[in-house]
Amino acid sequence: MENAPILVVMAPFIGAYLIPLLGLWWERYCYWVAAAATGLSVLFSLTLVGSVLAQGTIYYTVGGWEPPWGIELVVDPLSAFMCLVVSLVSLLAGAYSRSYIKKELPEGKATSYYTMMLLLTGGLLGVSVTGDLFNLFVMTEIFSVAAYALVPMMGRKGSFLASYRYLILASIGTSLLLLGTGYLYMVTGTLNMADLAARLPVAYAYHPWVVLAALAFFLVAFGVKSALFPLHAWLPDVYTVAPAPVAVLSTLVTKVGAYSLIRVLFSVFGMPLITGAIPVAPALSWMAAAAILAGSVVALQQSDIMRMLAYSSVAHIGYVMLGIGLAVQLGLTGGILHILSHALAKGCLFLCAGAVMYRAGIRRIDDFRGLGYRMPLTMAAFTLAAASIAGIPPTVGFMSKFYLALGAMETGSWVLVAVIVAGSLLTALVYLRVILLMYFGAREGPQLKEEPPLGMLVPIVTLALACAVLGIFVRVPLSLVGPGVRVLLGM
Amino acid sequence: MTTVIIRTTARILAPFIQLFGLYVIVHGPISPGGGFQGGVIVGASLILLALSYDLASAEARAGHAIRIAMDSTGSLLFAGIGLLSLLAGGVFMDYGIIPLPLPAAQVRALMILLIGMAIGVHIMALVSTLFLHMAEDHE
Repeated sequence: MENAPILVVMAPFIGAYLIPLLGLWWERYCYWVAAAATGLSVLFSLTLVGSVLAQGTIYYTVGGWEPPWGIELVVDPLSAFMCLVVSLVSLLAGAYSRSYIKKELPEGKATSYYTMMLLLTGGLLGVSVTGDLFNLFVMTEIFSVAAYALVPMMGRKGSFLASYRYLILASIGTSLLLLGTGYLYMVTGTLNMADLAARLPVAYAYHPWVVLAALAFFLVAFGVKSALFPLHAWLPDVYTVAPAPVAVLSTLVTKVGAYSLIRVLFSVFGMPLITGAIPVAPALSWMAAAAILAGSVVALQQSDIMRMLAYSSVAHIGYVMLGIGLAVQLGLTGGILHILSHALAKGCLFLCAGAVMYRAGIRRIDDFRGLGYRMPLTMAAFTLAAASIAGIPPTVGFMSKFYLALGAMETGSWVLVAVIVAGSLLTALVYLRVILLMYFGAREGPQLKEEPPLGMLVPIVTLALACAVLGIFVRVPLSLVGPGVRVLLGM
Repeated sequence: MTTVIIRTTARILAPFIQLFGLYVIVHGPISPGGGFQGGVIVGASLILLALSYDLASAEARAGHAIRIAMDSTGSLLFAGIGLLSLLAGGVFMDYGIIPLPLPAAQVRALMILLIGMAIGVHIMALVSTLFLHMAEDHE
């Protein structure tokens, strides 16, 4: 399938165009279109993974216009990895949505919910496969707009304010992204990433300040998108009010923000510029260290489960950014592997929290008392995912943090090693508080078994099992991440 | 405040505005303009009706369901034409390859015209929906 790079993006988009039309008459079929569209994306992602592993990086010219003039899609191992993570987690979040939105969303919202969900997924996949800086901006804008619309869908108190704040902050981010792209275009006359990488050293020699300003813009833009510590202000409120599957998709948004940063730093600016001229990479790792510690400590103080998970996300984006900041092979491997492990584990945790709200109507952590007996399977999945987040072997979360620690040792920054370990301990503490309450808290009232419906339980259990299985068979994700990192570092 | 002068002017102007919008859409491939600009002009004519008469009369001309259907159909047509070249064995949106009994350059021009029309349909629905939706919320 030589057309897989475009089809992986078009499948959700065409689904998104079809659903409003279908929703006019047959609202109940919208779910199936959404499921089919994301399912197709998963298939095309698998095709991409297969061909990338077999024949290396894939180049695809949209409309037959040769690069650097036309839009080029470039799928290297890292892009294929992101496609697979994004499409699989969206598929599971979509499957979960079917029962969830029947109860939690106001009547008649299903059509717009699935439309926005597919637009969001399509935008994320578009960012993952593109090899054109302006196309990256367009796709970022698409998934951002879809995210703004999805967040307040439940109409909870404060949800519009949270979405509006998100809109303002993220729009500043995307404006800076456009501005940075414009600056680079001004000094190089091209938008194609590979072409930019070739021309930037010369452009930097002539116009160093323009290139550095563009670099600063990109850092802030993707910092906002990925909720890197000082720029995370939008995230806790958004995760608190959003429907649980949308919170899962939002974790993908932050991951794709981190991926875009990797792309721009390593594939456009290149190592000499980000470690030599201006120490961007070391600065990034110190910001990440601050994110890990601050996020975990604040998560420890939360009484609302969704808020706790949100602050924990801030900490774990820190881990991904730390890997980027280390800019060595082992560190980057850990950071990128953490994209996968955090997407799986946090996805599972958000879905579990959503299921608890769906069945028991509980949000406060103190009310989780004895829940381990009321929802045994859901809570077992919660525990497994929490183990992965905290980095307990043999889960995939342990593997990614292990690689991060090895990378930090390689660069000789022992403070960062200490931060990684301390962050893990703090995370373990955050989740242990909930788990202890669930299993050892005093049980009150009648203890009925009330697992969520099967459509919600299957995604939860799948994600939790993936955390454990991929940790044991870590060679499977590493077979993509390893070559991806080698391509990034030009090895 | 809508007076008889405003209503009459709007009623006389509306068909000309729409005709001009259609002209901008179909002349997109060879002159400034195109689907987006023409679609905005046609959509604006509906907004003019809503402003000079009332929302109900604009709604009666193009109801919610029709607008949503046009919106979706426009985008689907665009994506469909893109996929057509893929089915013909080329890459996405490589229109020249679509097997029609015409030279490749003409096929390309024809497809760009069709895409312009698809965008026009989509945008005219979108622009009027944006206005009517916000106005209805306000009432």
